[in-house]
Amino acid sequence: MSTVSKPQQTPDWSAFPDARGHFGPYGGQFVSETLMEPLEELREAYHRYLKDPEFLAELDRDLAQYVGRPSPLYLAERLTRELGGARIYLKREDLNHTGAHKVNNTIGQALLAKRMGKTRIIAETGAGQHGVATATVAARLGLECVVYMGADDIQRQSPNVYRMRLLGARVVPVSSGSRTLKDALNEAMRDWVTNVDNTFYIIGTVAGPHPYPAMVRDFQSVIGREARAQYLEETGELPDALVACVGGGSNAIGLFHPFLDDAGVAMYGAEAAGDGIDSGRHSAPLCAGKPGVLHGNRTYLMEDADGQITQTHSVSAGLDYPGVGPEHAWLKDAGRVQYVPITDEEALSAFHRLTRTEGIIPALETSHAIAQVIKLAPQLRSDGGIIVNLSGRGDKDINTVARMEGIEL
Amino acid sequence: MSRIAARFEYLRSQGRKALIPYVTAGDPEPANTVPLMHELVNAGADIVELGVPFSDPMADGPVIQQACERALKHHVSLRDVLGMVREFRRDNTTTPVVLMGYLNPVEIMGYETFAREAAEAGVDGLLTVDLPPEEGADLVQTLTTNGIDPIFLLAPTSHEGRIKAICAAASGFVYYVSLKGVTGAATLDVDAVAEKLALIRQHTDLPVGVGFGISDAPTAARVGRVADAVVVGSALVKLLAANTQDLPAGRAAAADLLGEMRQAMDAAPKA
Repeated sequence: MSTVSKPQQTPDWSAFPDARGHFGPYGGQFVSETLMEPLEELREAYHRYLKDPEFLAELDRDLAQYVGRPSPLYLAERLTRELGGARIYLKREDLNHTGAHKVNNTIGQALLAKRMGKTRIIAETGAGQHGVATATVAARLGLECVVYMGADDIQRQSPNVYRMRLLGARVVPVSSGSRTLKDALNEAMRDWVTNVDNTFYIIGTVAGPHPYPAMVRDFQSVIGREARAQYLEETGELPDALVACVGGGSNAIGLFHPFLDDAGVAMYGAEAAGDGIDSGRHSAPLCAGKPGVLHGNRTYLMEDADGQITQTHSVSAGLDYPGVGPEHAWLKDAGRVQYVPITDEEALSAFHRLTRTEGIIPALETSHAIAQVIKLAPQLRSDGGIIVNLSGRGDKDINTVARMEGIEL
Repeated sequence: MSRIAARFEYLRSQGRKALIPYVTAGDPEPANTVPLMHELVNAGADIVELGVPFSDPMADGPVIQQACERALKHHVSLRDVLGMVREFRRDNTTTPVVLMGYLNPVEIMGYETFAREAAEAGVDGLLTVDLPPEEGADLVQTLTTNGIDPIFLLAPTSHEGRIKAICAAASGFVYYVSLKGVTGAATLDVDAVAEKLALIRQHTDLPVGVGFGISDAPTAARVGRVADAVVVGSALVKLLAANTQDLPAGRAAAADLLGEMRQAMDAAPKA
């Protein structure tokens, strides 16, 4: 039975990162000198507004009235019955405005940008969810918006590309390197270093140089805070397990972080195993990578023996990234979260299963978490419960899924 | 005295400024690099900066990104780069060689192993663009113990406190990034550079090099009037990129441009 009380001898998770952004050996600030001062300005502004009642009130108001929070915690009864184990609760981030958890963070960072006097917003995007969420808040605040997106991702996520353009953003295709999310991040960094005076870079995940991993985590933690309170209210206890997919890891940290001190709550991060870990064609740095330095932080990476970042693969553009947030690297080493590989095939099967049993079409990213739930639920006691972060809706993926099944839409 | 310090001392005694070409090791193919280094030295290079190819060169513009991609097609590794320096040293024991790149290849090789093997190969300095001194204490110490100068960047955004701390961690020389941007960006503003250099010089006696945005001989001469060293990269790499089918022609074009810069710098009236 899970307990709410704080157990002895757990690390004080809230004490991390340290002042310079380190989660144990991970995190930090590995950027060129030009960005060090702008990062310090950002850190200072963030810490100041985090304690500013007016800022927090505006953020809460926007989350309630614009995003539609709190998002429901929904008991998936049919799926629970079919799997025959723990009750499965879906934290419905897919019901947020723009259809995914990403907006929790872009709302927060855009409010910060406005207060810092920045007039131009840039972002990187993989699946396009973060790009859409950024373009949305930029449109609302009347800020210029440029989104960098890998040329290959533009192909596989065309509905989101059009959505961003409708919102007034300029979508810049990135054709260097592997033409996916990591290259979009490189290009956004290059833009930022060039236009740093008037530009705010809204990073979409819990990676990048300090303070981004901590800041994005704090903005996304609304997911876990709500879920914890909702679950307690409904059941009077805490869940046995939490499950979320992990690319960069923002939806997972958002759900996990408020539960870290609850020692009885197990946590599972589902990484994209692509064609399988043994095939080498995957995006699972925590399951099969090793520590290194990329994109401003030290973390687990997919890299070769020479330290070059290797090509990744996942059916899901949003998980197709060779790194992962540094806090996840640290939670893995600490043994607090278990990171598990989910193949493309398992994710696709879970995509269909949730759609057919609950009438909810999940994003392909989210389908990795559902696949882990399908494995996990039957192993748990039937009076226990699992919260899975339903991080995004799957409308954007229907072309991809149809194509894989030989259907032309 | 390190090879870098000796070179700057010699130049100072001559009343001349250092000219530092940057090329990416292994671009467009591995066999091109050592002959190119020698030709650049003959054209007037005082120090050679050799880029270590990296898959994700975040601080570089398209010209050097593509150079990295060409080199990586041949799987040029950090160990291969050390091999090139070793080969260069067979015929040249006096020109300092500085490696420039990103931290991850060094991190994967291991700081100790890298520093030992680099020193043995004849490397004189290391500049890792994504390693600020705050994160670099271990590497700086390991490099220094092995007689390799840690070179750090200073930027237009570096305020006085950072300038002080960075100059304290650096040796050999410090490298002022002349503009906000990536390598190979638009032309720099020499007056703004001069102003910042004056501030930097209040905090260090180390020579100050200037790079990013220097693409022709007149700019090199103007920068040479205010800096101790002029670094030129993308302008040379562009010439190599235009001649990938004729390697000797690419090397000759790069050496010619460097020679023009040398001439213009040596002819410029002293500051």
